[in-house]
Amino acid sequence: MRLKTITYYLREAVQSIIRNSWLSVTSVGVVAVSLLILGCSLLLVLNANNIAANLESSVEISAFLNEGASVNDVNNLKLKLESLSEVAEVKYVPKEQALEEMKDNFGDKKDILAGLEEKNPLPDTFRIRTYNVEQVASLAQHLETYSLVEQVRYGQGVVEKLLTLSRWVRTAGLLTMILLGIAAVFLIATTIRLSVFSRRKEIGIMKFLGATNWFVRLPFLLEGMVLGFSGSALAVLVVYFGYLSLIGNIQISLPFMQLVTDRKLIIPLMEGILALGLAIGAAGSMISMRRFLKV
Amino acid sequence: MIQLQNVTKIYANDVRALSDVTLRIRKGEFVFLVGPSGAGKSTLTKLLYREELPSRGHIIFNGKSIVRMRPREVPYLRRKIGMIFQDFRLLPQKTVFENVAFALEVVGASNREIRKAVPAVLGMVGLTEKSSVFPDHLSGGEQQRVSVARAIVNNPLLIIADEPTGNLDPETAWELMKLLLDINRRGTTIIMASHAWDIVDAMKRRVVELSGGKVVRDEEEGSYRYEA
Repeated sequence: MRLKTITYYLREAVQSIIRNSWLSVTSVGVVAVSLLILGCSLLLVLNANNIAANLESSVEISAFLNEGASVNDVNNLKLKLESLSEVAEVKYVPKEQALEEMKDNFGDKKDILAGLEEKNPLPDTFRIRTYNVEQVASLAQHLETYSLVEQVRYGQGVVEKLLTLSRWVRTAGLLTMILLGIAAVFLIATTIRLSVFSRRKEIGIMKFLGATNWFVRLPFLLEGMVLGFSGSALAVLVVYFGYLSLIGNIQISLPFMQLVTDRKLIIPLMEGILALGLAIGAAGSMISMRRFLKV
Repeated sequence: MIQLQNVTKIYANDVRALSDVTLRIRKGEFVFLVGPSGAGKSTLTKLLYREELPSRGHIIFNGKSIVRMRPREVPYLRRKIGMIFQDFRLLPQKTVFENVAFALEVVGASNREIRKAVPAVLGMVGLTEKSSVFPDHLSGGEQQRVSVARAIVNNPLLIIADEPTGNLDPETAWELMKLLLDINRRGTTIIMASHAWDIVDAMKRRVVELSGGKVVRDEEEGSYRYEA
């Protein structure tokens, strides 16, 4: 297609958007909100899955020991644990070391933990890894029978909860997005209908001058796509920069949270949202043209 | 060039606009369509540029059936027909030049073609000086000349003029007729629906009279009313 024709179409589309500015703004807004919700829930799902995967790969059992367990008792228990067939590794973490690790996790904010050295509230702990994840639950139960062990914890429940949460977020986000997306399509269809109506005289002239159907239609299709794209661009800007600042803040205040920061994952997500915006716009125009633009 | 064979048009509301019309128009003819309002003149012109389809019968234009034509061929049919209306149908937000150029833009002509063809036709209709004026600042006669320029810029085979002098005073009406005659002399077929009896009588051209959807008279060098 020649440049002149393209500029003709674009000029027509932009003029029409200005003419119906209120409805245009509303359509763009609804597209933006629906895709904003999609973007947020996708990022949430992405992160929940990421955290779940990290946890799963590091499922280990922490067996917290009674306070004041003697070195002898501890060594005996360690030997006993190591003799169990499902146990791959047993690591003894004295409470002083546990405190140091916690400080490391807090990074800059480790001042919060200042003064805990004198009366360390953390217990001595055995960290136990199994050969395979399925053995974790039964081993944890078994560990609770030892008198020296006060409490047993492992990540399995957390992993499951996270995955459930992620499924919920995905379903709820998708559902809201679909409903709002449909609303956006119809709002754009209404905008285009007005635009067709306000230009019916021109359309009539085009037709008797021998314009092809697509010549008549394209400005309207473009108008819908410009509306859809504007909405999605807005959503992408908010989601992308919002997320970047969230990452920045979280890495300062909650350094142990592992958020997805890989641009290779986030950029395609944003591209997808833009494409979806275009598709919503195009769908809206098509609906309207089918009904109101008899050529 | 144009052949209507037993054409009947009945609209959806059971109005019978044309019944059993058979008509043949040769290339280069100047034909007046006369008759009272509602006689079927407008319907006949609409059938020719396929705004409407006949309920029965056949229409051949330039060797092709308009009735059996596929929808996507219709724009190409219309490019061979120039339309002139009583109400001019110009776009008020475009200048005279742009209104004429629009006919070329719509068919995908290049900028260079437009820059060449538009001044030529504007010169022909005597509006070279008004090229950058908007239609609202023109007289009725000038506006109608713009629409004539737009109709001929694509070199059509046929011009259909539906009451082109209806909104013009007698003097400008005559100027327009001279212009149409000029175009006709260059070989373009013209079909003009008209109520202007003085013009029809003075032109001494073929007259086809419609009444109640039927052709009741068809004479060479005819007049507006039947002379016994």
